[in-house]
Amino acid sequence: MNRIETAFQKKPIFMPYFPLGYPDLETSVDVIEALAKNGADLIEVGLSFSDPLADGPVIQQATQVALEKGITVKKSLEAVKELRKRGVTIPLILMGYFNPMLAYGLEKFIHDAREAGADGFIIPDLPLEEAEEFQSMLIAGRVDGDVLSPSYRDLPLIQMLAPTSPDERMEAIARNAKGFIYLVSVTGVTGERREISNDLGELINRVRAHTSAPVCVGFGIGTPDQAKQVGQLADGVIVGSACVKAIGASDNPVEAAREFAREFSKALKSIDL
Amino acid sequence: MTTLLPHKFGPYGGQFVPETLMPALIELEREFVSARNDPAFNAEFDKLMASFVGRPTPLTYAKRLSEKLGGAQIYLKREDLAHTGAHKINNALGQALLVKRMGKKRIVAETGAGQHGVASATAAALLGLECVVYMGSVDIARQEPNVFRMKLLGAEVRPVESGTKTLKDAINEAIRDWVTNVRDTHYLLGSALGPHPYPTIVREFQSVIGREAREQMLMDAGRLPDTVIACVGGGSNAIGVFSGFVNDEAVELIGVEAGGSGIASGKHAARFGDATKARVGVIHGTRTYVLQDDDGQIAETHSVSAGLDYAAVGPEHAMLRDNERAFYTSVTDEEALNAFQTLCHTEGIIPALESSHAIAEVIKKAPTMRKDQVILVNLSGRGDKDLNTVIKELGTNM
Repeated sequence: MNRIETAFQKKPIFMPYFPLGYPDLETSVDVIEALAKNGADLIEVGLSFSDPLADGPVIQQATQVALEKGITVKKSLEAVKELRKRGVTIPLILMGYFNPMLAYGLEKFIHDAREAGADGFIIPDLPLEEAEEFQSMLIAGRVDGDVLSPSYRDLPLIQMLAPTSPDERMEAIARNAKGFIYLVSVTGVTGERREISNDLGELINRVRAHTSAPVCVGFGIGTPDQAKQVGQLADGVIVGSACVKAIGASDNPVEAAREFAREFSKALKSIDL
Repeated sequence: MTTLLPHKFGPYGGQFVPETLMPALIELEREFVSARNDPAFNAEFDKLMASFVGRPTPLTYAKRLSEKLGGAQIYLKREDLAHTGAHKINNALGQALLVKRMGKKRIVAETGAGQHGVASATAAALLGLECVVYMGSVDIARQEPNVFRMKLLGAEVRPVESGTKTLKDAINEAIRDWVTNVRDTHYLLGSALGPHPYPTIVREFQSVIGREAREQMLMDAGRLPDTVIACVGGGSNAIGVFSGFVNDEAVELIGVEAGGSGIASGKHAARFGDATKARVGVIHGTRTYVLQDDDGQIAETHSVSAGLDYAAVGPEHAMLRDNERAFYTSVTDEEALNAFQTLCHTEGIIPALESSHAIAEVIKKAPTMRKDQVILVNLSGRGDKDLNTVIKELGTNM
């Protein structure tokens, strides 16, 4: 059983997002370690990009700071390695836009990500239509000198579904889903919303009709109460902007991360299934 | 999932967008294909092009400029005389008609120089649509007259303060609005950029330039041009005029990028001109040549002309360049400003700074050609909007 499958043994899981390099590289590693050791079941580790078109203001601003402080793909992968050294055992999924990965070299990126200890990828600007190039590299493995390394099949490219996806797309996307499904709960960019949509249960059921993979919901979840509400319906709750905002605004980011993880994981554990 | 139209230009193009937008792109493609096969739609488009835009735009023989340069005979395709002062209106009206057909009520648009924003606001007013235009605050400062125009036409202009505060960031914001309001909103993208089907749709609506110009050349000069020259930001005016001649293999096609302060300075928008900073990458939903740093972060660009100040080039241009069907070069801010003045003095035409880049290339190229040879240049827009910039750049010389 790989790390992702292990994480989903106990549902719903808590999945915070935090970008490496914010507010600086060292603090971000401490923050992610603190999230991991205080209740996060899986962490989306953010790679920064200058033009994050699926992100709202909070994540835009945080990743902009990370870039100004000199974050790169290479430094981000080294930070993942450091997290493993510090005894972080939960799955770490790299979440980033496609262009920096292309610039790094896709094969090298996948190879180095696994070496560093990453468990998978979320790439918001790589829909089904464009995912094949990346997927085929995960399957084929990499020729390194004369040594054919094993394939990277165990590293999933997480597929995203949206409320606008019609059933036939949902089916095509969910059919081969690995790891889990990232269900975007609202049309829009990342960021907190005042209320959880009434239609969420129905949306999740539509997805479940096509897959047995865990369904995790993200975009718009900002409070432990909202997390609990979503956790009653989904297998995982993804919290991005609210996490970045709470930790970024604190004088003691590491303590804020501990508190944030404890609160959300407590809310999810209190669900009476 | 397969597309109705080819979604790539060789290795370029594609649909690199969040899943939320994919159904909207699929719907847009379906609607576009059905509209283009619908005689009623085409008749409505043609009627608006004639009665509202003032098409066909004239072809002007630039006699004094040709004499001054002493080489090839120069003809200007006068998109500056289209309603709203640039070619942008062709695509804006075409897409706005599609919006009506799709039953959507609201459009969002990005704008750099403001010409596409004005065209979108105009089309929205004409067809009764709500219109929001995103514009970088740096561009708002340098294209003020167009900001007023958009507001007068009933559009809301939203300043964009993120990133470099120019066209690239305006596109980010327009996409963010679209992804949020996709059920009732259409993104009226203004150049031959972005995810499929936009580069194809924009080319098709702009191909009217090339069709007219080809006919007019045959009529007025009795022959096809030897060379066609157009400026290339995203590349919509260029792809529009090129499309009329791309099958005429003897006709040379030249695209002119913004060389800014010179390639060596690093302050430019020459995606094809700078091998150290430009690589194939993905930005705003499309795979093409992109100015970027070693880590894949999109580079800041510079041009005196807001409409050419963009880090990526339309994917079809990337293919035309690979195939050597078209050639791309760049001219500097200074060369463009000189060309601007030259055209004012010799022909009594004030060109847009974007179009002045094409004129600058004509000034270099025409003297190397024989007098019986012909250059067609697409004069994509008029320069009224640029007067503030030009006065500032030229200082007391004016």
